[in-house]
Amino acid sequence: MTERVAATPGLYPLPDWAKETLSDLKGHQKGDLLSGDESEAIVEQYDEVRAEYVDDQLDAGLDLISEGQGRWDDMIAHPLTVHDGVETGGIVRYYDNNNFYRDPRVVDDLGFSGDVARELESARDLVAGGAADASLAATLPGPYSLAALATDEHYGDEAEFQAAIAEFLADEVEAFPAHDTLFLLEPSLVTEPPAEGDESTATDAIATVADATDADVVVQTYYGALGEKLYAHLVDEAGADALGLDLVAGDRDDTVYNVQEFGSTDSLSLGLVDGQNTLVEEAETIAERVEWFESQIPAEGFDRTYLTPNTELFYLPANKYREKLSALAAAAEVLE
Amino acid sequence: MARNPSANREQFRPNDHPNDAFLLSTVVGSYPKPKWLNRADELVSDPDSKFDESDLAEAHDDACRLITHEHERSGLDTVVDGEMRRNEMVEFFADRIDGYEFNGPVKVWGHNYFDKPSVVEEVEYDEPWLVDEFEFTSNVAEKPVKVPITGPYTLGFWAFNEAYPSTEDLVYDLADLVNEEVEKLVEAGARYIQIDEPALATTPEDHAIVGEALERIVSGIDEEVRIGLHVCYGDYSRIYPEINDYPIDEFDVELCNGDFEQIPTFTDPEFEPDLALGVVDAHTAEIEPVEEIKANIRQGLRVVPPEKLTISPDCGLKLLPREIAYGKTENMVTAVREVEAEIDAGEIDLDNPLADD
Repeated sequence: MTERVAATPGLYPLPDWAKETLSDLKGHQKGDLLSGDESEAIVEQYDEVRAEYVDDQLDAGLDLISEGQGRWDDMIAHPLTVHDGVETGGIVRYYDNNNFYRDPRVVDDLGFSGDVARELESARDLVAGGAADASLAATLPGPYSLAALATDEHYGDEAEFQAAIAEFLADEVEAFPAHDTLFLLEPSLVTEPPAEGDESTATDAIATVADATDADVVVQTYYGALGEKLYAHLVDEAGADALGLDLVAGDRDDTVYNVQEFGSTDSLSLGLVDGQNTLVEEAETIAERVEWFESQIPAEGFDRTYLTPNTELFYLPANKYREKLSALAAAAEVLE
Repeated sequence: MARNPSANREQFRPNDHPNDAFLLSTVVGSYPKPKWLNRADELVSDPDSKFDESDLAEAHDDACRLITHEHERSGLDTVVDGEMRRNEMVEFFADRIDGYEFNGPVKVWGHNYFDKPSVVEEVEYDEPWLVDEFEFTSNVAEKPVKVPITGPYTLGFWAFNEAYPSTEDLVYDLADLVNEEVEKLVEAGARYIQIDEPALATTPEDHAIVGEALERIVSGIDEEVRIGLHVCYGDYSRIYPEINDYPIDEFDVELCNGDFEQIPTFTDPEFEPDLALGVVDAHTAEIEPVEEIKANIRQGLRVVPPEKLTISPDCGLKLLPREIAYGKTENMVTAVREVEAEIDAGEIDLDNPLADD
């Protein structure tokens, strides 16, 4: 029997009060963005934000609780933009969105940082204190996407750069507190897939990170459907317990075809609610989408189906982000 | 195809214009707000303050009068009120169009946010959006007034679409509303309309949607009305020569910021609408000297002859300190008049405008 788990890959919008307090404390310019050594006053604000995120998720009834990544000014490039071996360059476009992040220029060896582990420790304490039957989910960029978002001015070779980023992320994961699931966000696999023949470089890098944890690893892809060849490589080689598939953007039939043709990981993560639109899906609609997708697949059933938004949720106003959480949790209930 | 810009350009030539050549000088629209106006905006939402909406309306009128006159003092041939009444280019219109709702700010980057609206039902025209502000400005102005309007592509794609099967459908409905507004503005006397479509620069592959939207906007609009299109910060090789097919009189573009590297893009095939060229940078806080601006104006002559060249800043100047914005505008007009005189005197080789005479 398939276990249905309502979860998100994190990166939530800041609550409106924190948008104001943090912009007052930090400023609006490029040089004011987070560098990883923020003042005590800023740390306190983010502690409050994190507590609010955990409450939001517990209130909504999610099964997995994300730290929420309120500190990630540069979206999924964050683990690099706060790193000592990285200088931040100009503001560059974040995928095909009206959003921007600082270009992380890697200028030195990517040694251990521990930045994300510290966030997760705080989140773990909040989840443990929440008394609900929910577990912690960690989020990191996948190594392929993180390499694609960064500029290499140190390693000099694309494959070596991906491998170095994978080693860096694996070291970070080893420092994480106990977590149930690790989401590795890999939108670049859809938007700028590896060249034919280079798929294994990407999947080896992902496997390096996946091997660093005992938790279930979800490789979440989004902004559309994966190419079929890359999909097959990911199923076989990435070390993922679940591939995350975007059922909102792009052509859903391509995704169904991939799963029918090439099989799937033992679990699947389905991007069911639109992380980039304020229209809130009905729980019944989401549940129908899950049943529809599962019915398309020849397999007997999955270990787990993760019910998730297709993308991060920071694109939304704060009220709609909360409604999306509730819709996912309610859909999991409908399916019980 | 392009409209007929020669049918409407001469009406903007001032009676006392000193030269035979006429390079129409204008601005893109927004201008720094006087600090007291920002204070007034804050005061009106302060429950402890006696300053109310009617006081704010008076402050807006005062600011529009001030900036319109500031534009005239700089010598511009056509003026704008500096968009003193507008907060943000999508919000302002979404607030006036039925079908939009606001849910709160969303992140653009860092701690910069935008109150991105949602379209929750079919968009409809209610009250006029800009007719009052146009009538006010044209009453206080001696020069002709240009009206900038955020275009339907930007109003559609910079919102959440909850109601339409595709955002393209939403854009066409919005274009019909813009058409209605342009008709009302023309009725009120407006002769120079500028459609702002910055969103096109980020998704140039959608140029055909913008083209279809423009067809709807200009439907039934007489050729004595000048219709401009402003786009900024894009890769124009991806929308040229397609923009030659747009039903516009003038294409307004920022090229000073990129040091005019994209000028050759527009030289082949022949440029059909008039070119409104940005010759001062909207994002540097130094006032360009007149000589430098004159050299920039000559870049435009590589694309079109003088009778098809309009001169403006790259983009709205609202992010600059006010005295810098004024200095840029004033130097720009001085440069325009000097280049015109040099053209009259035969000192500029129009076949090779960058050459020293």
